[in-house]
Order: sequence, then structure tokens, then C-alpha cells
Amino acid sequence: MVRLEGEVKDYYNESMNGSRSGFEEIEHTADWALSVWAPDLPQLFVQAAQGMYRLMDVVLAEGERQQRTLELEGFDHESLLVAFLSELLYIGESEGVGFDRFEITLEENRLRAQMEGAPIVRQKKEIKAVTFHNLQIQERDGLLWTTIVFDV
Amino acid sequence: MASLHDFVKISDYEWELAAHFRPGERAPVRFFATRELLEDALNDLSIEQAANAAALPGVAGVVVMPDVHQGYGLPIGGVLATRVSDGVISPGSIGYDINCGVRLLGSTIQYEEAEPYLDHLATALNQRCPSGVGASGGLKLSNEELDQVCREGARWAYKHGMATEQDLRHIEEGGRLEGASAEAISARAKERGRTQLGTLGAGNHFIEVQVVDQIFDANAAQAMGLIEGALCLSIHCGSRGFGHQVCTDFVQSFQAAARKYGIHLPDRELVCVPFDSPEGETYLGAMRAAANYAFANRQVLTHLARQAFDEALAGKIKNRHLHLVYDITHNIAKIETHRVNGQEMKLCVHRKGATRAFGPGAPGLPAEYSAIGQPVLVPGSMGTASWVLVGTPEAMQRSFGSSCHGAGRVMSRSKAKHSVRGEELKRELEQDGIHVRAGSMAGLAEEAPEAYKNVDLVIEAVSGAKIARKVARLRPVAVIKG
Repeated sequence: MVRLEGEVKDYYNESMNGSRSGFEEIEHTADWALSVWAPDLPQLFVQAAQGMYRLMDVVLAEGERQQRTLELEGFDHESLLVAFLSELLYIGESEGVGFDRFEITLEENRLRAQMEGAPIVRQKKEIKAVTFHNLQIQERDGLLWTTIVFDV
Repeated sequence: MASLHDFVKISDYEWELAAHFRPGERAPVRFFATRELLEDALNDLSIEQAANAAALPGVAGVVVMPDVHQGYGLPIGGVLATRVSDGVISPGSIGYDINCGVRLLGSTIQYEEAEPYLDHLATALNQRCPSGVGASGGLKLSNEELDQVCREGARWAYKHGMATEQDLRHIEEGGRLEGASAEAISARAKERGRTQLGTLGAGNHFIEVQVVDQIFDANAAQAMGLIEGALCLSIHCGSRGFGHQVCTDFVQSFQAAARKYGIHLPDRELVCVPFDSPEGETYLGAMRAAANYAFANRQVLTHLARQAFDEALAGKIKNRHLHLVYDITHNIAKIETHRVNGQEMKLCVHRKGATRAFGPGAPGLPAEYSAIGQPVLVPGSMGTASWVLVGTPEAMQRSFGSSCHGAGRVMSRSKAKHSVRGEELKRELEQDGIHVRAGSMAGLAEEAPEAYKNVDLVIEAVSGAKIARKVARLRPVAVIKG
């Protein structure tokens, strides 16, 4: 079982020391903003999803796992990222299910995600929506970076 | 980042962003604030966000309120007025929580009489009015009933015995926007909407029991039925997952549409289409449906709150009636006529964290408020004062008939939750005689009063600028949060 618990900062430190992908909550007056980085697009999407669950303080149940495949189309990679995260929010709200394992493939502006997860047993915070505010996936030092602002 | 030098001072309470600030800027950006509050706003990206909005096509003007803070796209506390003839409509400049708003109910119940029962009242409100993360506890609507809610707004609640005729008269637009289109709503939004009517939600939404602490305008207070020392009830919430999904759908689909129309976007969240386009028309119909859903939502919660008052106070207080003073929306676009450069112009006024503040005699006000102007409701941060104001003729001339909507954040949520402990905050509020019911201690901490501006200073700014006038100050005695 994967518990998405604890401070986002801790995870950040851990991933800065150990791997080339991660996420960090950054300051925003009214809403939540998440900085995400990874070596490639699929991993960037996975980090964004994990960061979003962490912001909501989501804990998944132990025991039986659920599989799900998503297929999405977007205007570009940024709009696919918003669509993907919005889809996870929707499944969380309507079915009470969250995911912690992802296999993502991207082809042009199509995304296919094979996901594994479990029922949400605890969620402390609510995200209203994933915004496009200044959303841009950029390459820097051989990594992809983006900052996502959530409406809460 | 903008600095004080980028502003031209018009008065102690009004500033204009200098033309040099952004080369792409096409319309004036006016800021209503004291120097102190303006300096506060320079600490985040509020001004840049307002300037970005002024660069959209067909903008007649951007107005910023003293409770402004950084948001996404248009800042919270921003008013974006676009020309209907050649301007745009922008879903992100209204916000995800379409028709998030506030209503105030008054009573004749004196605080001293009710004080021994307030704890029971807080529990009853908390039990009857579903709140918190997730969707549960709302009414279960069929698809057909949901379509009726979209078309009829608070009138739907009236038809089902959850509103009075006077309630409807005291809601902006009578609780129902014309031109709502249930057909423009996605299946997904409908699915979310079917189970969430009559729920408060989480975040900064709340139900608060208050006492009329001080009256500044006896005549206006009397017209609103506000009595010094009497209890009031405020409800702050919006269109729940239904509205969030409507906005999400259109911000996504407009990304391609904006390119089709050749619109340059300084920020993708400002995505927009021509007001006069098939896409613009579809969004307007969907937004109005979500706004009607929110009017119905606050009305259903009012019905539940009235039941809670009966439950807690029956046999103790004879007259427990709660009359609706007013219900205003602070996330919406409205089609209004204003004077721009001496010319009457039909505008699409986007208000995001800003309220309508129409002056005396304005069209659409109920007869009892025609002489005093439209009530403007300004909730403070948790545990602090809230204000009742009225709109003015000056607001019609200077701020597209708009005023502020709250205290406005100054501290980020991440900082607030690291520097304030929910349990401690609850204890402090209770020591001040405020009964607290909260679904999440972490959520409570993010809404700590120190994360917000001082609402009294915000009120001084709007009343100093004469875009609203003080009527009464309310202090909280019970707070229910999701």
C-alpha cells in the first residue's frame, strides 16, 4: 500500500537527493500551486498526479486494487495535463477512488494512462479545479518543469 | 513586479495604473484602495494579472477592489468589463465556482435571549446543513429536476416549499437568471450536480451566526430589518461541483476556440471567445444555468438553516423567523449598461471576487431597496466582523456598479497551515465566545484570520472611495465550516 501522507516538503527533499523527478508546493496567496519536474512527459504527468493527491491529503485503502485505463485528447501537452488531472479529480469525487501507479504513453496530443489504485479512505482537502494559469511545460537543465495552480 | 511608481493617484482611495506599465494594455486599470492596501497588493501578482486582463480584445475597463489578491487569470477582487459589440467573454475571469455568493438573513432574536442556546444552534446548523469535502448529503435530483433547477434557480426551491415570495424578491435577479441553457451543460457536470444541491462544500465557504454590532445608517438598516443586538445568519457558498465542471469544460474547449478566433492570450487562464459568437453564446447559457444552481443551493441551505433555528430555539424564543435581507453573487458575468467615456454602452461585466453595488433607483432593485441602493454583503475572515453596505451613484460612475466582496487573503494557504494550528485557533475563537464547528482542523488553519487583510480597512477604502456606504457591522458568534 502506498500512503500519500506527510509534508510535501519532505518528499521534495527526498526526491531532490535521490531522483530526477518530484514536486514541491509553492507559495500562492489564495490557491495552491505545485512545481513539478521530471526527465520526460509521462513522468511529469505522474509527478503532477502524485503531487495533487498529496495536496488533498489523500489516503488510499489497503486490500483490493482497481485498474483503470484513461484515453484523453487535448489541444497540446498543457491541455492534456489539465484534462488528465481533472479526470482524476472527477473519479475521486464521483467514485471515491484514487490512483498511485501509472503507466502513461503520449502520442502527439493523445494520452493513454493505465492506472492502478484503491478506494480513498481519507481526504482532508478539496480542489475545485485545475487551472491553466500561466501553464507552460518548459525544458531546463535536461528536465521538464511546470507549475500548476489549483483552485481551492 | 509593479511598484507604487506605476500608479497615478486620483484620490486617497483611487489609483490608475500608468499606461507605460504594459505595452499591450488596451484599457484603463483602476484600483480602489488606500495607499496601505495598494502596497499590500504589490506583494503578489495581483496588479500584473489585472493588467493582463486589460489587454484582452474589446475591454472597456478593469477595476480592482481593495480586497484584491492574486488568483488565476483575473485576480480575485477584479472586475473586467468588455464591450458586448466587439469584446470577449472569459470563463476563467468569472471563476470555477460560478455564482459563489453570500446571503444574509436577519431576525428579531436578541443575542442575550439566544446566548444560552448558541452551542445547540451551532450543532443543529452543522447537522442539518451538509458540509465538507466530497459530495454527500445533498438532495438527489433526477436529470429532469436538475434541468428545472438550471432554468428556475431559487424559484425551483420556492415551488418545492423551501422559499417564500419575499426570499425571491431579495435575491439578485430574483434568484433566476434569464437565458440559462441546460442543453449547454455536459453530462459530467450534470452528474456532479445531481447529488450536490443543498451542500456547503469546504474551503472558505461557511455558515455564520452573527449579531448586529453597530448600525451606521438607521434608515437603510430599518429597510433591511436589521436591529442592533439581534441575530443574523450568513451563508457563503456557490455552485459546487456543478459549476466547477462547467468552468473546467469551457476553459478546456476554449483553448482551441481562442486560437481559431486569433485571440492572443497573455495568460491561458484568461482564455476567451468573442461575446458575439456561437461558443460565447453557449458558455453564457451554461454559466447562467450554473448561477441558477447556486441560487437554488443557497436557498435550500437557507431552508435547512431555518429548520435548525426551529430545532434549537423552539419553546425558548417565540419569533424565530429569519428574513432574507439580500443574496448577492461575487463570481459572475452580467450584461449591464454603463457610461464609458460619456457614452452609454452595453457591457459584459465579469465580477470575480467582486459584487454588484448598484446605487439607489437602479433597475432590478426591489421597491423596498430602491431608495437606499442595493445591499452589499461583505463577510470578514473567520472570527472577525462582517459588513453590510449599500451601493451608490458613484459606484455606477466609477466602478461599473461594483464593490468589494470580503477581506482578501494576504498569506498563502501553505504558510497559514504551517504557522497556525487548527485546534489552537478553534480554542482561541471559543475563548472569544464564538462557537466553532469545523470538518477539518487543517482546513480551519488555512482560513485563520491572520491569513486575511483587516476587513475594516477594506471597508474604509470602499466607503472612502464612495463606491459603497456603510450600513451595519456584524460580529460572529457561531461558525460552521466544511
